[in-house]
Amino acid sequence: MTFAFYVIAALTVAGGLAAVLLRNTVHCALAVTIAFAGLAMLFLDLDAQFAGFAQILVYIGAVAILIVFAILLTRNSETPRDGVFSRNWFAGLFVAAAIFAVLGWAVLHSIAVLPNHAAVPAVTVAQIGQALVGRYVLPLEIVALLLTAAMIGAVIIALDEKGRTK
Amino acid sequence: MIDHPIVYQADQIFVLLKHWLIGQLPSSVQPAAGVLLSVVVIICLFPALFAVTTIIERKGLGRMQNRLGPNRTGPFGILQPIADGIKSLTKEDIVPTSADGVVHFLAPVLLVVVVFMGFAVLPMGRNMALTDMDAGLLFFFAIGASTELSVFMAGWSSRNKYSLLGAMRAVAQMISYEVPLLLSSVAVVMITGSLSLNKIVEAQNHYTWGLPHWYIFTPWGLAGFLIFCIAATAETNRSPFDLPEGESELVAGYHTEYSGFKFALFFLGEYVGMFSISGLGATLFLGGWSAPLQILNFIPSWFWFFSKLMAAICVFIWMRGTFPRLRQDQLMNFAWKFCLPLVLTNLFVTALWRFLGEGWLRWALCTAILVVVYVAMARAEMRSGHFGSRRYRYAE
Amino acid sequence: MTPLSGFLLVAALVFAIGLAGALTRRNAILVLIGIELMLNAANLNLIAFWRYGPHPAALTGMMFAIFSIAVAAAEAAVGLGLVIAIYRHARTTDLDQMNRMKG
Repeated sequence: MTFAFYVIAALTVAGGLAAVLLRNTVHCALAVTIAFAGLAMLFLDLDAQFAGFAQILVYIGAVAILIVFAILLTRNSETPRDGVFSRNWFAGLFVAAAIFAVLGWAVLHSIAVLPNHAAVPAVTVAQIGQALVGRYVLPLEIVALLLTAAMIGAVIIALDEKGRTK
Repeated sequence: MIDHPIVYQADQIFVLLKHWLIGQLPSSVQPAAGVLLSVVVIICLFPALFAVTTIIERKGLGRMQNRLGPNRTGPFGILQPIADGIKSLTKEDIVPTSADGVVHFLAPVLLVVVVFMGFAVLPMGRNMALTDMDAGLLFFFAIGASTELSVFMAGWSSRNKYSLLGAMRAVAQMISYEVPLLLSSVAVVMITGSLSLNKIVEAQNHYTWGLPHWYIFTPWGLAGFLIFCIAATAETNRSPFDLPEGESELVAGYHTEYSGFKFALFFLGEYVGMFSISGLGATLFLGGWSAPLQILNFIPSWFWFFSKLMAAICVFIWMRGTFPRLRQDQLMNFAWKFCLPLVLTNLFVTALWRFLGEGWLRWALCTAILVVVYVAMARAEMRSGHFGSRRYRYAE
Repeated sequence: MTPLSGFLLVAALVFAIGLAGALTRRNAILVLIGIELMLNAANLNLIAFWRYGPHPAALTGMMFAIFSIAVAAAEAAVGLGLVIAIYRHARTTDLDQMNRMKG
């Protein structure tokens, strides 16, 4: 099914490009959602069902919503009158292009040794669950701690400091 | 009992019909045709159910409010949905001049597409799920999370302060209530040991003394089901949680600036979302397509699924006719300070239930913990004044 | 079936786009969006290597991606909290105007 891959890849890259290039901040946030959805579909194309759905749930359901909330809270929903790109945008673009050139060169030169086919891995959600509470239980606990810390931290950072906490 | 040929054929009538229909086609297109046929049936069935529901809702609300409801179109007004449909199709499609055209157009389309995708994993009868995904429940919630984005798109692109306020209220409410919704379903997953909705139904499709093993008939299941119902009502923006479209404050919330067919799409999306979340609730806690008594197993499984679904819809309508609308601070406090601790307690109780083994001990212990926590929290919350009347401080 | 190099190229492209966004945009929120894109590209690489690797049953790459998604969610929450705090302080999210440390 390479046709599906090309369509999804084009969608992902288009969404990413739009997110970086569009002028209106909310449009950027909506475009990056397309890129997130495209990446989730690429995960599904790679038979990683659980990761794909987790990607949709976390990125489209939570991160994208967080981003649009932040945009509205900081009054950024209108297009700025002066430019949207940084003063030294050329240097940034150059660095990004250089990194893509290096990565692309590395991938294209190693095509001969990269595997082209692999048997479909029969991984069920039950196995992922077993692995999470078995072999990967320590990372799981650390992530739980990190998420708790991040939640408390985000609330404290965003809390109004003038004592009007209600 | 299901082994009797006539009962079996009645039960599997739609499956057999589908097999017969796609059997007429050449074998190369059969898989694609099978999927297409199922999708077309789902896309036709639920809007039809939507039409039936609108008339039930308007008639039922009319009865509750001591009036007649629609009674002009057809006998007893039962043709009202058709008239409504024609009206909304022929009305002018107004887009505000300052609106963001593309986003304004995409929002209702996205909502309807996303809402219909939830039915892909719901088993509507024995062997009647479109796909049997290993992570079906996760798929359902992942898809459901995308509706928030379409609500935001609708509210923001309208360039109307009421739309934007309604959308932000809706998104905040949906995010807040998604947490109890997900966690109450996690209890079911913990007991079943699977995210596949088919396996969840199979696990409940057993009988002791002719009575079913539905999860609602366990302490954690009942508590989970009640929280699920509350969260599902909030998730679908239904009364008493319909602040996003509170007409006394916000005109119509995020779809204020929509008219004609796009408004009809929002209306459809809201009701189809209600169907899918009711179907999920029935699947998780009410045994899905399994019959309520063993002796009733001769009635086809799809009948039971749809009767549970319609019963849930009637409860939604009943609640709409009964409760007054909440206030925004009550809504948020209720989600975070009441539902969330209760649902976390429920998860703990579910784990206890799983490891205590059979016997009366786990019944007594689990029920006791849930009742004590519920009563203590409710009393504490009432005393703290989060749910009482609010003192307004205008001139201080 | 798509060869592994296809996925790697898409991931490289998305990573470069995200990097370009993070380096060239002035708005702090859009810089965060760029960073999220880069994280996602890395996740795609992890999943692709898991899928084509010799031991997919060990689930290493998949687990890495799932943990990375969880960490990215925490990162987004804290990052956007910081943006809001900065906005409250400086009344802007324009990174070019945040140069008070320059002296």
